[in-house]
This record gives sequence, C-alpha cells and structure tokens, in this order.
Amino acid sequence: MNQQAADGIVGRGNREGADLFRQWFSELDRTAQQGGGAGYVFVMGSMCEILRTFNLPVVFPEINSLQTAVRRVAHEYLNQAEDYGYSPDICGYVKADIAVQLRGGEHPMGRIPKPALAVLTNACNTYIKWAEIWERMYQIPIFTLDIPGTRAAGTQTWAGDADFENDRQYVQAQITELIALCERVTGIKFDIDRLREVMGYANEMSRGWKQVLEFNKSRPSLFNALTDGTIYLGVTNGFRGSAEGGRFFTKLVEEMAYKAANGIGTLTDEKYRLTFIGVPCYPIFRRFNELFTEWGGTFVHSTYLWFASGGANLGFEYDLAHPLESLAEGVLISVRDAMDSMFYPERALLEMVDSFHLDGVVYHPIKSCRTTSTGMADNRRALMAMRDIPSLFIESDMMDRRVVSEAQMKNRIDAFFEGLASRRQQEAAAR
Amino acid sequence: MAYTAGVDVGSTQTKAIVINEAKKIAGRALIDTGANVVIAAESAFTEALKNARVQEEEVEYVVGTGYGRYRVTFGNAQVTEISCHARGATHMFPRTRTVLDMGGQDTKAIRVRSSGEIVDFCMNDKCAAGTGRFLGAASSALDIPLDQLGPTALRSERPVRISTTCTVFAESEVLSWVGRGKKIEDILQGVHQSIAARSIGLLRRVGIEEEITFTGGVTRNIGMVEALQKGLGTKLNLSEDSHFIGALGAALFALDHVVAGRAPAATGRHS
Repeated sequence: MNQQAADGIVGRGNREGADLFRQWFSELDRTAQQGGGAGYVFVMGSMCEILRTFNLPVVFPEINSLQTAVRRVAHEYLNQAEDYGYSPDICGYVKADIAVQLRGGEHPMGRIPKPALAVLTNACNTYIKWAEIWERMYQIPIFTLDIPGTRAAGTQTWAGDADFENDRQYVQAQITELIALCERVTGIKFDIDRLREVMGYANEMSRGWKQVLEFNKSRPSLFNALTDGTIYLGVTNGFRGSAEGGRFFTKLVEEMAYKAANGIGTLTDEKYRLTFIGVPCYPIFRRFNELFTEWGGTFVHSTYLWFASGGANLGFEYDLAHPLESLAEGVLISVRDAMDSMFYPERALLEMVDSFHLDGVVYHPIKSCRTTSTGMADNRRALMAMRDIPSLFIESDMMDRRVVSEAQMKNRIDAFFEGLASRRQQEAAAR
Repeated sequence: MAYTAGVDVGSTQTKAIVINEAKKIAGRALIDTGANVVIAAESAFTEALKNARVQEEEVEYVVGTGYGRYRVTFGNAQVTEISCHARGATHMFPRTRTVLDMGGQDTKAIRVRSSGEIVDFCMNDKCAAGTGRFLGAASSALDIPLDQLGPTALRSERPVRISTTCTVFAESEVLSWVGRGKKIEDILQGVHQSIAARSIGLLRRVGIEEEITFTGGVTRNIGMVEALQKGLGTKLNLSEDSHFIGALGAALFALDHVVAGRAPAATGRHS
C-alpha cells in the first residue's frame, strides 16, 4: 500500500461508518416525507435478511433512542413520554421512541417514518410490550419470533443434535409465516434469489465483524470497543444484508490488519485492557470513556458488541444453497447467543481474560434494563469465583441523565484504577 | 525525621493526620467542612500540624482524599477514600479483611486481602439512607444532640421498626412514632437498627470476612456499634482514631511516595 493510501486508512472505518449512518437517516427522512412506512426491528433478531428482500426500509428504534442521549436531548423525549403517562421506571429506549412517535417522527437526525410492520424476537421481553404500543398507535401487524434460548448455562445444542433440529424447524416455520406477512404488507412477491443475495452480503458482514472483534486481541488494541464499537454496531444493524454493509466490513478488516501490522493503537499509552459488560452510558458517552482513558484504560472488548449485533459476532455464514433452512439455523444460533451473552457471559469472559490480555472487567448495570442488568451481580460473582481478575460494578443508565452521576462514577472508577496500579506494583515486586 | 500528611475532606467533616516515617500518628485534627472546602482543608492541616508540633516545611508529602480531595490545593496527590480507608484500616488492624466506613452521607463496604489490596467495594448509590445523615435527620426530628443518640438508643427495651429507607422521610416517620406515644429510646434504636441493616446489606454484597474494621465518623456512636455487632454477630475493630482512618491511609500513601524517593517539597498553600 502506498503512503497516501496508508495515511487514509487509519480512522477510515469511523469516517465511513459515520457517513453511512447519516446516509441511512437521510433515506429514512425521505421515506417519512413521502409518507412511506418502514419495518421496525430490534438489534437482537432484526430479520433484516427478510425485510430487505421486500425492499422495506428498516428502522431500529433502539438506535434512534440512544442517538437522542448521545446528542444530549434524551431528557426532552423522556419527559414528554412521562408527561404522557409512562412511568419513570420504564426502559428509556421505549420512552424516547414514544416521544418520537408523539412528535410525528421528529428526531435529531431527521424524520423517522412510521412503521408498516414490526418484527421482534423474545430476546428482550420489553420488545413485546413495546411493539404492542405501535400496534395500538398505528394498527399495524406485529410479528414476534419465538427463538428458543439456551436451557441452562453450557448446554447449547448444535447442528446434528436432535433438539437443535427441533428448534431450527420451529424457527423456520415462523420465518415462513413472516414471509407471508411481508408479502401481504408490501404487495411484493417473495423472491428467493433476492434473499440469497441479501444473505450473501450478510455473510460478508458477519465474517468481517468476527474478524474485527478478534483483531482486538492485538497489543495495543486497535479500536475502542465502546466508542468506535458503537459506530461499527450502527452499520452492523442498519446495513445488515446490504452491499454497503458487506463492503464496509471488508474494508474495516483491512484497516484493522494495517493497524495491527503497524502497532497503531487507540491510546498513546495503553496501560490497562478492560472489557465492558452491558450497555454504555450514552448521556455522558464521551466523558464516560474519558474517565477510563485518563488512567490509560481502554475497552478492548464489550459484550455489547455481541448482543447488540444480534449475535453476528459469531460470524455464522449462511449456506446460500439452502437459504431458508440456513437462515433459520443462523437466526437460532445468533439470537440464542445474544441472549447467552447477557445471561451467561462469565464462561466466555473466562476464556477472554487470557486471549484478550485483560486487566479488568467493568460491569455496568442500568436502571432502564432488567434484561441486561438483573443477572450482572451474580455473573460477576461467578467470574470472581473462577478467576482472580479485578472487576468494577458501576450503575447508571443508558438514557436517563437523572440517574447518571459523573462524580459518583469517577470516585469508583478512580478507586478501581488505584487498585489495578497497586496490584501491578505488587506483582512487579514479587517477580 | 520525615513527616507526611493526609487530609480527608468529607461532606460533613474534614480530618487531617500527620505521621512520622515510623508510621506513628504525630498529630490529628477534625473540623466541620462547611461551605468552603478549600479553607476547611487548609484549616484542618494547620490544626494537625499544631497538634503534632511540626512545621509545615517538615511535611514532605501531602495526599488529599474524600470527595473534596481535588480541593486540597496544597496537596501533592489525590487518592480515593476507598483506597485510603482500606490502607488505613489494614495498617491499624493488620488482620482486617473487611472495612465498613460510615460517613456523613456515604457508606462503603470494602473487602481487602492481607496485603491491603482491595478485592471488592460497594457504596451506597444516589441515596444517603444508611449513612450518618439518617442519624442527623433523627437528631433534628427529636431535638437530641448527635452525641446523645447512641447512649439513648442503648436504653431501648422495645425498639420500633423503621420502615422507610429514605433519609428525607425518616424525619416524618420518627415524628409519627412520637405521635403514637413510643419512647424516644425505642424510636432511636429502631433508627440505628435500620441503618445497621442497610450497611450489613452493603457488606454482604462484597462478602463478609473477619476481621471487620469500622471506620468513619459514625464510629463514635456506641449505639451504632452495638447495632452492627449484633446484626453481624461479631465484634468490630474500633479505635479512638477510627474517625481518622481515611486521613491516616492518605498519609501512609504519602509516605510511600517519600520512601520511593519521589517526594517534591509540599507546595505553599497560598502559591
């Protein structure tokens, strides 16, 4: 690669990811202005593969909502939903979306089209009630895919196992129903070749995403799992099954390979490698990350990049010769993995301590979300019992700044790093 | 003889400790923080120096701690009170494995190894329930001085159950018990038991391992000490200097710097 090309490659993923994001919202704005509808989907089991086959624009309300927090206007949306009657205890993502709907789709990134249908899975039980709100508001069909989860930690079944095949057939039957619904809603006949094309692009994306995540085993780490990772997640979801999405990840792998070969990391002085468990604190997103980087701490990994990519981190690639069967298998494995990464992360984390050279684990339970937060204290204890790795437990929210206290978090984060420094000194003295 | 100091600027009170290089406490001071944190830090330091009969120039390193640690303008470094309480407690009671620090509006549970390294910690979040502030609310509601709360509570024979966990509503619940004719000592014992229960909950979150050292301003309340010991089923480590353990830990961290040979002279307070 010549020097000029090399100079442009570092940071390319962030730049192009941001461009794609803006492009996506411009297209949604256009759809809204034209009175068109969209498929409302969620990050865990978006079924973009099917919806794209029917040329349905996709809206991810979770992403819309977090953008209001990143852009520091979430409180306006949350207040509006609470004035309308929703409790302060309800998920901030839901409430921000309700306010978007009440505002006729008005959003900081442009206008969001109304839903023509909503597709969701059982990976988060709040999805179900959330979609029912749209059903009532707009009299649209909502489709719930019931994805069988792992029955107990460490008991996942795989292809070849009779239980797995039962689960896979169950998912395939539901996908067939979803296809019929999409035909009714869009008036477009299902085209299996178009589905193959979409799935091919999804393969490219999943392959690339898995590789990108693996690259961060490098020392120094090549991207920040929280700040950079959120940009990549936006593309993973919003462009799933698209040519642009596939291309983005192919190029992102190239960028990471370049950075790895040239030792280009995220911090001038990477002192502590951390993993982040949960959903980020979006109301003070940049500052939250700085509370760690000020100590030379960087997030080399996050379970957020697993479950919020709907399990695409596994890199499952569809068999295009058998698209429906393979789609069912992929959706089953991926959504199941998304659930496992929320409910049973300790086993995977145990392996990562060595492979990612982790110095610590940061758990971030949030007020809004029982699904990700309820088991965290137990997960943490389980990990602590298995491995002597320092961990930090700090609570806030991903949307509601009323329960985000920077001063309280800083105190705990500072104490955590003091402990890491002390441990390192003692280890050095012992050698 | 080298001296170092630790200044613990808390929400309610500011503590300062001067130690010598043999790690012995040479002087101490305790003042109300008030509204001006910078002046509180300076005043406490001055008082501790006077108490130690040490000149400021003899102090080689100062560490600030507590929420106001960044306002210890004459300090050389800042260390969180979590680390300082762990360090101070293990220094004072070397068999410490769990620390409970109860301050004015902050309670923390810290589990430590024999080396003093912190294994885990947990603090009350966004809420002063289970802290000294709860006692302050009871004191104000019943018009009983803070230092009388503990001895009064110990006279209780039939403590009431305080159901609120909210410090703000504690006052109204206390008054409602008064209105129902309950004895002051029974109400106060209920308050102490409520605070103890909350603190024990924090301790359980980090895991309780003996010996347990109690630190912070509330250690001076014998009613709280009793309530905690009863709830935990074990004796707590206590000392006359328990209130100063955070400042002591800070002074010990300061001494580490001196010993490691990285000790600039303490900066003038007014520079």
